[in-house]
Amino acid sequence: MLIFYILLLFILIAAIIAVETKDLLSSVICIGAIGFGASIMFLFLRAPDIAMTQIVVEVLGLIILIRATIRRDLTFISGDREFFGTVVSVVIIFTIGLAGLTVFQSLQDFGNPIFANVPDAASQEYISQGLAKTGAENLVASIILDFRAYDTLGETTVLFTTIIGSLVILRREGRKTLEGPDQ
Amino acid sequence: MKGMTIIVKTIAGWVKILIFMFGIYVVLFGDITPGGGFAGGVILASSYILLMLAFGRESVEKNLPQALALKLLCCGVLAFAAIAISGLFFGADGFFWNYIYQEWLAGKDVEFLKAGIIPLAELAIGLAVAASLFLVILNLSSFRSDISVDEKE
Repeated sequence: MLIFYILLLFILIAAIIAVETKDLLSSVICIGAIGFGASIMFLFLRAPDIAMTQIVVEVLGLIILIRATIRRDLTFISGDREFFGTVVSVVIIFTIGLAGLTVFQSLQDFGNPIFANVPDAASQEYISQGLAKTGAENLVASIILDFRAYDTLGETTVLFTTIIGSLVILRREGRKTLEGPDQ
Repeated sequence: MKGMTIIVKTIAGWVKILIFMFGIYVVLFGDITPGGGFAGGVILASSYILLMLAFGRESVEKNLPQALALKLLCCGVLAFAAIAISGLFFGADGFFWNYIYQEWLAGKDVEFLKAGIIPLAELAIGLAVAASLFLVILNLSSFRSDISVDEKE
């Protein structure tokens, strides 16, 4: 359990630096460090699929996306924060934290999920019958692409629609200037 | 974007093929090892984005044009939908039925398609995710450079 507290401390320090720094790129890199700590946590919790997705999306995806899209000159954040926005954010975070503390006390113990005690839960059938019914050794793949494949189909559809929509807005070909002829 | 220094270009030239091979491995063996279509697709796209950061956008667009990437994205999504719908025609129970998989294959040694439609679906998702992430970053960077061109005029 000690490793989780060390990683949590690392994540907290990275989060504070990400908020406080003035440089946009180093702030984004600090957010990547938060994702890195979370992915190592998932590795210690024996969830390599989630760890891989986490490190690929949050570290690679976020940092490379920001690095590829900002200008070559570094972007610095200047100016003070608004007083009203800061107060509202602090109050909202405090309220959510208080509600979260109440909820966490009613949860099961760590590593002892509530569905492990229910004999005819769906997750029990996935774990015991997953290999025999789908043939995939990786249980996560058998769940997301066989038992719960509708979910993945919807996810892919959302991704496709998003990409097509953003391509229509961002495309270079077919973009007309305001002064140009109207075809 | 004109590209970076010669050191970055040399290292990127060595590393790109390793990242690409790792992405293909993660996609293909998604039913055996951790990973799968989504993570592998992002790794595949990130190899191209590394090239884009190191060598500039024009050289990458020469290698993988935007129209081809758009076609790959459409092919990936269409293949995933076709895998889902083909269960209606070949399987007993309809949509998303795993009709290739046979009962006696469970737990055997590694052979292709032993998990039925799952590796095929991983391939389709990997293609779609790789093409989509590549397209997003390509278009965002070219959008910014377009604006700077407009400002100069």
